[in-house]
Amino acid sequence: MDILTFLVDGLLIGFVYGIAAMGLTLIWGVMNVINLSHGPIIALGMFGIYFAATSLGVNPYVGVILVSFAGLLLGMLIYAIAIHRVINAPHLSTLLATFAVNMIIIGLGTTAFTTSAYNVDFSLGNISVGPVNTPTTRVIAALASVLVTGALYFFLYRTTLGKYVRAVTDNRAAAELMGIPSARILALSFGLGTMLAAIAGGLIATFFPFTILSGGAYELKSFVVGVMGGVGNPLGALIGGLILGTFEGVIPAFMPTSWVPVLEFILFVVILLVRPTGLLGAKK
Amino acid sequence: MSLKNLKNPGLWLTLVVVFILGVIPIINNKASAREETLTVLLSVILVSSLNILLGYTGYISFGHIVFYGMGGYVGLFLISVYGWSLWTAMAAGGLASGLLAFLLGSAILRLRGSYFALATIGINEAMRAFISNFEPFGGPTGISLNFQVYNQYGGAAQALWTIYYVVLALALGNILLSYLVKTSKFGLGLQAIREDEEAAEVMGVVTPSSKTWAYVLSAVLPGMVGVLFFFKNGNIEPGPAFRLHLSIELLVMVMLGGYGTIAGPVLGAFGYQRLRGLLLTSDLFKNIQLTVAGVLLLVIILFIPSGAVGWIRHRFPVTRRYLP
Amino acid sequence: MILQVSGVSKRFGGLQALSDVSFNLEEGRIMGLIGPNGAGKTTLFNCINGVYRPEEGRVVFRGQNITGNKTYHVAKMGLSRTHQIVRPLNDLTIRENVIVGACFGRENHSLGSAEKIADEVLEFVRLHERANQLAGSLNVGQKKRLEMARALAARPYLLLLDEVLAGLNASEITQMIGIVRDIRERGTTIIMIEHVMQAVMNVSDDILVLDFGKQIAFGTPEQVANDPKVIEAYLGDPTLAAELSGKKSSA
Repeated sequence: MDILTFLVDGLLIGFVYGIAAMGLTLIWGVMNVINLSHGPIIALGMFGIYFAATSLGVNPYVGVILVSFAGLLLGMLIYAIAIHRVINAPHLSTLLATFAVNMIIIGLGTTAFTTSAYNVDFSLGNISVGPVNTPTTRVIAALASVLVTGALYFFLYRTTLGKYVRAVTDNRAAAELMGIPSARILALSFGLGTMLAAIAGGLIATFFPFTILSGGAYELKSFVVGVMGGVGNPLGALIGGLILGTFEGVIPAFMPTSWVPVLEFILFVVILLVRPTGLLGAKK
Repeated sequence: MSLKNLKNPGLWLTLVVVFILGVIPIINNKASAREETLTVLLSVILVSSLNILLGYTGYISFGHIVFYGMGGYVGLFLISVYGWSLWTAMAAGGLASGLLAFLLGSAILRLRGSYFALATIGINEAMRAFISNFEPFGGPTGISLNFQVYNQYGGAAQALWTIYYVVLALALGNILLSYLVKTSKFGLGLQAIREDEEAAEVMGVVTPSSKTWAYVLSAVLPGMVGVLFFFKNGNIEPGPAFRLHLSIELLVMVMLGGYGTIAGPVLGAFGYQRLRGLLLTSDLFKNIQLTVAGVLLLVIILFIPSGAVGWIRHRFPVTRRYLP
Repeated sequence: MILQVSGVSKRFGGLQALSDVSFNLEEGRIMGLIGPNGAGKTTLFNCINGVYRPEEGRVVFRGQNITGNKTYHVAKMGLSRTHQIVRPLNDLTIRENVIVGACFGRENHSLGSAEKIADEVLEFVRLHERANQLAGSLNVGQKKRLEMARALAARPYLLLLDEVLAGLNASEITQMIGIVRDIRERGTTIIMIEHVMQAVMNVSDDILVLDFGKQIAFGTPEQVANDPKVIEAYLGDPTLAAELSGKKSSA
């Protein structure tokens, strides 16, 4: 394969990284909670479309839609049970509460699915443009990601509920004074974050095999992308995703693939140190 | 630190309990009990060292295990390549981890709250990925010791006992160290940082160096026991040496017992490892032990966020003097 | 001259918080720092003790240029302060709070000698009966005295007091004024930001008036109260203007 194909493959998956990171930074931006159960929820999204395809026999893309609603509900449930009580407690409490959820999901998931690999048996062939040849599913995933980003912007900036979410992000106390039911808005925001994670998982599962532990890697990538794009900045997350995807696509042309994570995480720490608001600026 | 502080009954109670539990396998001369207790003692060391940074200073690290892995690698490298003795290698491992903490701390301790926590995750992952590529440390396959290396310690069986004695001594030493730090002027400065970093600075606490030294102090013992553990194992690989999950288990143990206290981390380590042992051997819970641990953690965070010892201290203020 | 501030300016984005503030303060005096809300009083404190680095100007403390020095260096040189919004170390006891002040302040005490100083200072601010209580359990008035005790335990040459009277009731104000006078008696120079005009006019030797970040007057309480610029600045705030002119007639 030549470098152009690497580049396009990286760029396309970068869109999906963007969606995953958007879910993480949406929650972070709205309620200042870093969701350490992000990875397992991505993994649940993967299993969601697998079972939608095998048990219900639906098209994987219909599966993604089903999974997104399940992700929304699951997130609201997680918020109600695990987060709401400690939403104003020190960081350690919310970090560990979401990590407890992580352990619970991974434990149950391992029992139900073991840690062996699953694969959604699905292919739409390849698309060739000039010298570039790439699986159609990747192109669709990228397009779907753009669609989801657009929908999120529409929700945040064109609907009343979205306006409430932004108000709670800016100043929760003031929003409450104006009669906005902040607890419900926080639950909804957490649900939206997990919904995006589940969609990202579902889209990835259309072209990569996966295990219950696969989400962890994407959670870490979401951190990298999230701080790159700036906390609570959805468009920043998408652009950050594209940068990371391209980076991952191009680097193997210059050095062994195993160096990619080294560079990724060094970049992550360096961004935190020099520009904690993100290269593209935080939304707040 | 003044000597009158050493009269605290809570400190001695903690030391005596750990000593008795540590001596039981020696008296019974049972290898299986020794292995079980060794796991607990290693946790005690890792947790009470983490407590210096987390409990006293208020900085949440998700990468404490980096120092354990770093020490292990440096130690095994020196033993296998240069033929160092276990004891000098152990000292070198502690030193290497302390140095790493000094360098990292100078950079990342500027970050506050969640940002610091995230940076420690990044460092853990960067470290693991880097060591996987670092040929002198064996890259992805790591370092394995030749079986002959145990001969100079009286054979493998005897070496395991020797290591156990040293770990027990280090665990007791670490409890004493964490107590001395807490009751020292330096420790008071750390606690001021935990409560309000700006206010501490205005009162004259030199925060950058205090935080860095707290980080170094919390890193040295994990580096030393890292050498012992991986020497006992006979090999070290990037995955087990830098397991993010282990760092988080340590946080769970601190939370379980109560952070910022001396007895808390010890109680947390004992409690968590016992529970884990029970769950792993029970037919009913073997498969979902992670879920049970997760539910337990969630219940602690939601309902008793200050941990067992912290809860007692809050509920019965009289005990504050006796439960350091 | 214990403190020389010359041409200090500080900007936050588009807001000019301080412009060209200059004054000299002699040892052993009490200086009142007054001005309407948002005049830049706390910002001036923050520029003096190193929380902010001013864009322009110099701060010289006991002959040494401390402009932009770290707060902990400034504290160790003998400049302590209290906060307008109290910042107790909640999970430490009151005595421990004060010990922090003594241990890390100018005299750099060991824990043992710091304990003695803490007990002495706590008695001075009348908190000694609560010494072993957690700081988080105090009420606002007590927390203000704790702030003061921590700052005093450092044995500073210069003490910056940020609204120590705000939120106190009448008897607490009298008590606090007594404490401030006693501190000066012991040889510590004081700058105090205050809104309780009667009190600050009575207790201060010098008054500096800020308005929109500009220094509009500096002098004795009488000079300042008669300054037309000051009266104009306070005209927007009738009660303060009344208090000022009330002081003028009684002076």
